[in-house]
Amino acid sequence: MLSRTADNLYWLARYMERADFLARTVEATQRLAALPAVYNQAGTEWESALESSGAGDPYRAKYEVVEPDKVMDFIIFDAANPSSIRNCIELARTNGRAVRTALTAEMWDAINGAWLELKRFEGSRTRDDAARREEITHFLDFVKQTSLVFDGSVYRTMLRDPSYWFSRLGVFVERADNTARILDVKYHVLLPETEAVGGSLDYFQWTAILRAVSALTAYHWVYRESIKPWLIADLLILRLEMPRSLLSCYENINRCLDSLGKAYGRQGAAQRQARRVMAQLENASIEEIFQQGLHEFITGFLDDNNKLGAAIAEQFLV
Amino acid sequence: MTGPDGEPREVYARLSRWLAEAPPELLASRRAQADLLFRRIGITFAVYGEKDAAERLIPFDIVPRLISQSEWRRLEVGLVQRVKAMNMFLADIYGPREILRAGIVPSALVYQNPYFRPEMVNVRVPFDTYVHIAGIDIVRIDADDFYVLEDNARTPSGVSYMLENREVMMRLFPELFAAHRVAPVENYADLLLQSLRSVAPRTADADPVVVLLTPGQYNSAYYEHSFLADKLGIELVEGRDLFVDDDVVYMRTTEGPKQVDVIYRRLDDDFLDPLAFRPDSTLGVPGLMSAYRAGTVTLANAVGTGVADDKALYTYMPEIIQFYLGEVPLLKNVPTYRCREPETLRYVLEHLPELVVKEVNGSGGYGMLVGPHATRAEIELFAKKLTLDPANFIAQPTLALSTCPTAMPGGISPRHVDFRPFVLTGSKGVRVVPGGLTRVAMQDGSLVVNSSQGGGTKDTWIIEDAGTRS
Repeated sequence: MLSRTADNLYWLARYMERADFLARTVEATQRLAALPAVYNQAGTEWESALESSGAGDPYRAKYEVVEPDKVMDFIIFDAANPSSIRNCIELARTNGRAVRTALTAEMWDAINGAWLELKRFEGSRTRDDAARREEITHFLDFVKQTSLVFDGSVYRTMLRDPSYWFSRLGVFVERADNTARILDVKYHVLLPETEAVGGSLDYFQWTAILRAVSALTAYHWVYRESIKPWLIADLLILRLEMPRSLLSCYENINRCLDSLGKAYGRQGAAQRQARRVMAQLENASIEEIFQQGLHEFITGFLDDNNKLGAAIAEQFLV
Repeated sequence: MTGPDGEPREVYARLSRWLAEAPPELLASRRAQADLLFRRIGITFAVYGEKDAAERLIPFDIVPRLISQSEWRRLEVGLVQRVKAMNMFLADIYGPREILRAGIVPSALVYQNPYFRPEMVNVRVPFDTYVHIAGIDIVRIDADDFYVLEDNARTPSGVSYMLENREVMMRLFPELFAAHRVAPVENYADLLLQSLRSVAPRTADADPVVVLLTPGQYNSAYYEHSFLADKLGIELVEGRDLFVDDDVVYMRTTEGPKQVDVIYRRLDDDFLDPLAFRPDSTLGVPGLMSAYRAGTVTLANAVGTGVADDKALYTYMPEIIQFYLGEVPLLKNVPTYRCREPETLRYVLEHLPELVVKEVNGSGGYGMLVGPHATRAEIELFAKKLTLDPANFIAQPTLALSTCPTAMPGGISPRHVDFRPFVLTGSKGVRVVPGGLTRVAMQDGSLVVNSSQGGGTKDTWIIEDAGTRS
């Protein structure tokens, strides 16, 4: 297939995945911000939403103070934020439109439908605060829904050929990045109690993180324990059965790259890099990670994940 | 649709009964459904210079246009004849130039034509085929005659509408299809691919690699490009996906470079190769012309075919057909005045309010004057343009174009139509799929059917004559 086609499919999948993550981040933050102050003394939840969505710098370039409504608007609708949900959907559609021939009708329908809906939202936004909140709730639901529909359409309708593997690759590279980011932003609340910083750890912040990645129920199934920060880290980093965990993402990445290697009859730098990261995750334990420093571990992982992205681009996409 | 006696023509009998009996709400709801289908599938057309241009829908009319099979047969042989002659003419003017030496066509019309490509002189293209895909615009004036309005020999568009219109109609009106025997059009893609494969360079192996070259998603016909690549099962490439190494064209794939044998290009000559034509073009492929001339790749249509779709040259088509084939032209030309001839120019200037005047290299309905609908000021302005550069214009009488019933918000009413069948030429001859694109002027009384001017389209049915039905 054309390198450009593979590139567009890969990025299309990344943008759809990112839009979903952003919607979940905003929802989790709303939930946290709605708590009475006694449960939530720090009050920095919108700042961390900005950081974990990677929109901190562009936001500060536009606004001086962090205000909930502005942050929400910036993450969801602002065209000036390269990683806003709006831009993700538009970029996904632009990429999809450029490679219409490589998409199934269902995939195109999902993307194009999302884009039309987005235009409708943009056209009908009200100024009235209460109505707007409600609108935003609908919109975020819609984004999550779209992401599910898109994912399902890929899974159910695409031929299992390189187009499919490139598009799955985009999903998992992006998802690994997103999970790592949310962990990094919240790493101080994930520190084990023995190393507590910032006073008592907030039960609600932890559950918000789990909700953000749709893992609260999963947590209970896996651990059958009350919420403990290091177990959350364990779930999101090392648990293979947790579909968002770094290990699970890398297992999928390796499967995609193996399929490509088989289809093309050769292996390259991307395959080697993915196997290296996978081996590292397989051999790690949560205790070691905390000893080494969670933040350091995640920074290292994000760096490795970016290197993988670069290797994929180099090997297949240019 | 009516004959000289004012009664619906035979071929329309069933349809007009159906239309007369169909409740208005039914038609309105089918219209709305059609609109929704087109929007969902994303069949759009961009109009340059308009806001929100990237995403406009072409109005679609749900009432099909009917042509009987016997009429179609006559049309078909005429089209094959015309395109054959067109290809012979192009091979001649880029080769021995016999028609110029015989004085049939003035040399100036060829050499001063902006679409004449000196780079193509004495280049032999595979199977002497230049126009692989032609779109011939046809109008009907009375029951017996079809007239050719225009030849499109560069990169004619619209075939995706022919195919999609049919799909949408089959979903909306199964009962009408059941009542008529309609010739299928969906094998167009197969025929096109066969034609393209058949003209691969002789050096290509038995399974030549065919690609479709598009200027990209901002081009007005991008939807069509992606649609066709999809139907043909070939790669849709942009200039940046291709490169030339040692006079061979390759595409960049996830498995490394792959050689390309045939390029169905939907990119104008000017933009094909910045080394040969416009140096500022980023849409093309540097070195493509050199590979083309070396014979390692086939371009469809060939470079320099624009000469044959020039409107001044069009007036010579009957002579061209006679010269190469020794046959009487089966399709008539619309009577055309060549403004380059001083006496004719005088006549045209005197009769502007009755005439349609067109630029010889214009397309898409731009730069034309429709006399009967023009204001006095417009006519005066056009008279000046004509006097300054008469050779750049031709004029035609406004014809009593036939009309077709068209579903408008207030009910069914007649609108002017034209018709563009698509003619394919490969190494094994010339073929036409039974059908084409009918364009319809959506404004009452308007003669302008171009989609860039707000015209719409309708499905065209070639149907078995009542007499031939078993």
